[in-house]
Amino acid sequence: MTEKANTRVVVAMSGGVDSSVAAALLVEQGYEVIGMMMRLWSEETVSGKVFNRCCTPDQMADARRIADKLDIPFYVLDTRDVFRSNVVDFFIDQHRAGYTPNPCIECNRHIRFEWLLNNALALDADYLATGHYAQVQRASSGDYQLLKAVDDRKDQSYVLSVMGQDELKHVLFPVGGYAKTEIRQIAERFGLPTASKHDSQDLCFLGDGDYRRFLRQHAPDVMMAGPIVRKDGTVIGEHEGLANYTIGQRKGLGIQSSEPLYVLDVNPYRNALIVGTRAELGTATISAGRVNWIAGQPPSATFQAGVKVRYKAQPLPATVEVDGPDRVRVHFDEPVRDATPGQGAVFYDGDVCLGGGIIERMPTPQSR
Amino acid sequence: MTARHSVYLDHSASTPTDPQVVEAMLPYFTDVYGNASASHQAGRKAERAIEQARETVARILNCQPSEIIFTSGGSESDNLAIKGAAWAARQQGRDHHLMTTPIEHEAVGRTIEQLASVMDFERTIVPVDGYGQVDVTEFERACQPNTCIASVMYASNEVGTVQPIHNITQVARDHNILLHTDAVQAGGQLPLDVQALGVDMLSLSAHKFYGPKGVGALYVRDGIELMPHQTGGSHENARRAGTSNTPLIVGLATALEMAYDNIDHYVTHYRAMRDLLIESVLERVPQAQLTGHPHDRLPSHASFIIEGIESTTLLMHLDMNGVAASSGSACKTGNPEPSDVLLAMGYDRQQALSGLRLTVGRYTTEADIEYAVSALARTVQKLSRLQTV
Repeated sequence: MTEKANTRVVVAMSGGVDSSVAAALLVEQGYEVIGMMMRLWSEETVSGKVFNRCCTPDQMADARRIADKLDIPFYVLDTRDVFRSNVVDFFIDQHRAGYTPNPCIECNRHIRFEWLLNNALALDADYLATGHYAQVQRASSGDYQLLKAVDDRKDQSYVLSVMGQDELKHVLFPVGGYAKTEIRQIAERFGLPTASKHDSQDLCFLGDGDYRRFLRQHAPDVMMAGPIVRKDGTVIGEHEGLANYTIGQRKGLGIQSSEPLYVLDVNPYRNALIVGTRAELGTATISAGRVNWIAGQPPSATFQAGVKVRYKAQPLPATVEVDGPDRVRVHFDEPVRDATPGQGAVFYDGDVCLGGGIIERMPTPQSR
Repeated sequence: MTARHSVYLDHSASTPTDPQVVEAMLPYFTDVYGNASASHQAGRKAERAIEQARETVARILNCQPSEIIFTSGGSESDNLAIKGAAWAARQQGRDHHLMTTPIEHEAVGRTIEQLASVMDFERTIVPVDGYGQVDVTEFERACQPNTCIASVMYASNEVGTVQPIHNITQVARDHNILLHTDAVQAGGQLPLDVQALGVDMLSLSAHKFYGPKGVGALYVRDGIELMPHQTGGSHENARRAGTSNTPLIVGLATALEMAYDNIDHYVTHYRAMRDLLIESVLERVPQAQLTGHPHDRLPSHASFIIEGIESTTLLMHLDMNGVAASSGSACKTGNPEPSDVLLAMGYDRQQALSGLRLTVGRYTTEADIEYAVSALARTVQKLSRLQTV
């Protein structure tokens, strides 16, 4: 018996190619592997039509077939209640407060690397593995580090920045060391039926992928019409519900103006959409709360880092200033135009993810 | 990879086919393969085997061979009995009220539901008590002058409770109502004498009594009109179209005969193992409470609610420990619904998601019970800690 044969790994399977390859690689490496799928909450029908996005019988059947092919046990866990309260309700509440949340971050924080990890450990597993594109490395200090994926375009460390030492020491990312194209090749080598499937979607719980429609249906109060205002409070039009707009947006505002106007921010207290000129757009400083440090603490009170303000954004050079136990202020070298309250601000030292927080709304006179 | 020990405690879901049954079936795959409807010698040989099987089943059920219809299993038997009799009643413009209980297998429950929703039959679901037993007085109260069929299961697959079928049939007879019973779980464990039971129709499935899967039988009292729900050739006295499955029918009869020739022996063993199981679980798992009737229950059947522990998680842990168990609300798709049976018995939603069923078989040993209960006690202890975090 090798050491790996005595190491039990629960792999979170979705029926998609990445988690399937993750499972196959672990089996090939000789681990004792258990497949597990979370049945998450999702809309089953939208206006009478049945939608098939997340955790459908098809995806379950796919995952089950793959587990069978790999000759590993496979179980589906009912995760609907805990997912609904921690992710879906949070998504609605954040929109209600004028924020644009990232549900994947909350899912990783509360569901995958808390609820599912606990379930895996209770099953006497040594590790939980997922199909995420990221890497875990043990530093010379003994600390576990979260690294970007080898494939920079697929890197998911942004949504994993909520993890700490207790989680990382029990987590494996088998596909993080490969490029996506290699993963498809590996899938074909293993004869996995998902080799040509599309990637999974964000906002997996939406029936049709349309979060605006979802909010109108599930939280109509979030989608109430209100005033469009300039920074000085002048009303210049009417919007169709704050969640319809994103910061930096120019098209679709439906207002006449001598110069192009952009969405600067929202004021949830007045249900107002704040617009302004290109010159008014952007900020050099943001603050972030609910900050998690992967090492357990920040590298120092003030440090240089690359900071990502969106999942698909590039890290931008900035100075991070620690501003309390779980708050920071981030001073960018150049103003950023699309830092959106509710999204993650994630800090990098090269390829090492140091941690991250949730972007807060900067107090302005109008939002008081 | 898999657990060292492996203990199968899901005999209510299915049993292994007895090797002697397999042996008896084998010639009918390769040697006696003629179509039993054919007039040549090969066909006649098959027909003889089928008619012998029918006689065997009739002997055990204490009825005429012509009152036995072979089907593809318990679900088909239930469908044929209920739809067949209901459609015949409809065709003759007769009564259109159906009665059943909330604890039936889906093969009965959904069939009656479909008759109600598609064909406008009326239905009454007679309540059960906290043990899952039908109250005969309530049953009588629900009988209407226009009731044509009542279907009440002999013994519950989920909580093991045995119904007072004899008393129910007397009431049904007084009100001129056909009484069908789903005896799928009772097969191999309880008396199947249809005269003593007084039932008009009774469903069986071979794989519950160490016979093969895919074959069942339906007893239909002589004189009852049944409209076939599968139409085609005039097989099974024109009540069930489809070429007779000679090997499976022989398998069913052989298995039933083996089970009832040795019924006391088997039932004594089932009871001993079941009682040990119930006693050990209640002693070592403080969160466990017995569901179903404490005495009027299937000899092989133990069922519990494990307070605060969701079935799917528990079953996963038991499986990882090599223990095959089941639950009323268990499913493989991760969206367990609370058990309708437990809800009907008065348990709350959370309890109805926490059912556990352990059913013993011919080869279950004391060591198996000890292993399974230890694994259960350990798992429950671990999961209760996890769920309180």
